[in-house]
This record gives sequence, structure tokens and C-alpha cells, in this order.
Amino acid sequence: MKLPKFDYACPATIEEAVALLARADGTARPISGGQSLMPMLAFRLVQPSLLVDLRHVPGLAAITIGNDGVHLGAKVRWCDIETSAALQAAQPILTAAVRHIAHHQIRTRGTIGGSIAHADPAAEMPCVAVLCDAEIEIVGSAGKRKIPATSFFKGPLMTALQPDELITGIRFPAWPAQRRWAFEEFARRRGDFALAGIAMFFDMRDDKASNVHIAAFGIGDTPLRLANAEAALNNRPLTEAVIKACCRAGHQEVDPPDDIHGSSAYRRGLVDYLLGQSLRRLAGHSAKAGANAH
Amino acid sequence: MRTDVEINGKLFSFEVEPRTTLADCLRYKAKLTGTHVSCAHGFCGACTVLVDGQPVRSCLMLAVQADQCSVLTIEGISNDDDLTPLQKSFRKCHAAQCGFCSPGILMSAHALLTSEPDADEDRVREVLSGHLCRCTGYIPIVQAILEARPAYKKQQSELP
Repeated sequence: MKLPKFDYACPATIEEAVALLARADGTARPISGGQSLMPMLAFRLVQPSLLVDLRHVPGLAAITIGNDGVHLGAKVRWCDIETSAALQAAQPILTAAVRHIAHHQIRTRGTIGGSIAHADPAAEMPCVAVLCDAEIEIVGSAGKRKIPATSFFKGPLMTALQPDELITGIRFPAWPAQRRWAFEEFARRRGDFALAGIAMFFDMRDDKASNVHIAAFGIGDTPLRLANAEAALNNRPLTEAVIKACCRAGHQEVDPPDDIHGSSAYRRGLVDYLLGQSLRRLAGHSAKAGANAH
Repeated sequence: MRTDVEINGKLFSFEVEPRTTLADCLRYKAKLTGTHVSCAHGFCGACTVLVDGQPVRSCLMLAVQADQCSVLTIEGISNDDDLTPLQKSFRKCHAAQCGFCSPGILMSAHALLTSEPDADEDRVREVLSGHLCRCTGYIPIVQAILEARPAYKKQQSELP
């Protein structure tokens, strides 16, 4: 369908962008790559009065890697992450997740800030942000604030963002080089939204998995940490019995909806399967094994 | 709203509504109907063009967002006299059947081989995953792109 009518503004500063959003009283939408918003407009699922294009707003497109972690500006595109060798070394799970996002021709425009703000429950990057305890940096009429990713996502396409607020960046905590990790999802075709996916990391200490983080997406209203699956693995060796217990806990604690793409039971089964695949690979190999995750 | 775009090396100045997609601007304003529109919501890849050298879905970009950008469409990759080596390869391998998806695929393949003339079959298939073709089953398309690689390698080696 042709897009609904809207006005368009292309501010040169972030202050101007925020002022435009504030003045529109909740009826305006920011746009950058537009790879989620444009389809929403085409389906007329949103009919904003004004689009505020961020393409001339400076300073939001940097990838910064430091000892305290990685900072990604909101306008960093998927292809920027995909092609950054430094980022792959510093935070390899980001690169692995991006390879699952849509297609080459969409990754040239889609941005990390856009995906986080869009908050699709089946999207990869919101799940990685929740997994890693990332911090979402926001600016609005009332000033700047930071929200932990774990409390940012409120529901399908719903977030803690106010109508006059913009995401400026995402901060990921430091990632030890020896960390073991996996990012796995199942989609019927390459680039489709996942029917279910999991992301995890842990650090080995005395041959036991410690600091276990496990999250899943495509299985509910928002990406979720799987606390029971984490507890089943934490401070335990990666034996087959522990792996099975972890999978069983994950299977039981998700409550996915039925829809035309897959039943609840099927998606539960996928969480179980993807956890098992990942853990068995991580049990058998070095930290580098994670780099082969699909 | 005024939008100045360079298309296939020529400067255009359009008056468009903000809601006009780049795809519609190319077809209805620039009258360049080689860019095909099928799904109009980013699913099929038929409308792929290059914006500042990178393949994008022109249905997922507003014309006003292309202001001051350089756009390359299927009309711009060859001159009127001859087909490009990539197009010749498509003809030889029967990579176009109904032809509706071909312009988008050619643009993606052109961008890929320009930046990665050594792309292997996996890489070609990965990039092609962003395009739907309902006729060929993709095998001849993959073949055609792989067979066009030497021409791009030669081009690259001849660059000053």
C-alpha cells in the first residue's frame, strides 16, 4: 500500500529533533534507516503526523571500543557492525547476531537504535541487549537518562521511551576474551523472523560455568532472561546431565504464544533444542567454538 | 518537497510528497521503470537499487531521504549499445525467466561483485537471500553471478 500522508523534517541537531518530537505531542515518529518503520507505514499500522529524519543529526554513528566495553551510537547500521573486525574481536556475539538480521540489502540501512526502539519480540538485537545487561542511552525534553535493557522492553513494539525521547546509543559491558557464548535461532528461511532464538554466555571457573546469562526471543512479548535455565547451569560443570537439566528448565519457563507460524509447544521445543545444541558445542570446544554459531 | 538526486550520473530535481518512496520517485518522476516494485514493504527485493554504492530496497526509503544522494538503477549499469558482462552472463545461463526480479538481483549482484569480485557461492547465495525469484529456482542466477566474476576481477585490475 502507498504510505499514509505525513510531514517530514530533517533537523541538524539532536536538540532540534527532540523539540520537533515534543511539539507533535506524541504523533511524530523519528526515522533513520526506516527498515522497520517503512513497512509499518506501508501496512498503515502507524500513521504519524510527522517523520523526524535523523540523517543530518551528527555524532550518533560511532562504534567505540574501550576497556569498559563497547558503545554503539544509535545510527550504527547492521553493515557497520558486520564489517568491523575490531568489534568482532571485542564483542563477538554482536557480529554473530547481526548475521541473522534480515538481508544484506536491509542491513545497509537498518540501525541498532531503530531496532531497539521498534522492539519487535522476534528481533535479535533487543535480545542481545537484554542478555548482556546493556544500557540504553536516551535523550528527551527532560534531558538525558539511561535505562537498563532488562527494563526497557515493555511489550510487543512497546518500550519505556516517551514520545519526545530518542535513543542516542547503547552501551555493552566489557566482554572477557575467554567468555563462552552462543547465538542460535531457527527461521524457516534465511533472513526471516525467528520462530525462536536463544543467546547465552558464561565464564568458566574451575571447570564450572559461572556468571551464566541465558536469554530467549521470539517466545513472548519481549526478549526474556531464562532465570531457571541459568540457575540449572550456574556453578556446574558442562556434563550431559547438567545440559539436559538446563534445557528442561528453559523448556518449562518459556510460555510462547500460538500463531500461524508455529504452535506454543513447537516454539518451546525449539528453545529446548537450541539450548542443547549450543551447550553441547560449548562443552566440547574452546571459547572460539562460539564463533561458529549460526 | 524539493529533492535533488543524482540518478545514473544525471542530476534531477523533483518536487515530491514526503510519503513518496524512492521506488515510486524513480518510476513516476524520473520515468525510469526498470526498477520494479512488487511487495512494496521490503520483503521481495525487486526494487533494489544502489544508493551511494550500496544496495538498498527503494520501497523502504523515502525519496526525500535520497536528497543529495547518488542513485544507480538498472538503466545506469549499461549503455544502450551493449549488455554488461553480468547481463550477458544472465542471458547465457538463462538466469531471467519472467524477468520481474531481475533488475533488483542485477543491482545487488553488481554491488557485490564490484566490492567482492572473489565472492564464493555461499556469499552469493547469502546476498541473493534478499531477493525472491518465483521462476528459476535460483540455480541459474547463482551460476550467472559466479560466471561474471572474472569480468569484475579484470575491471578491478585495470583500475588506475
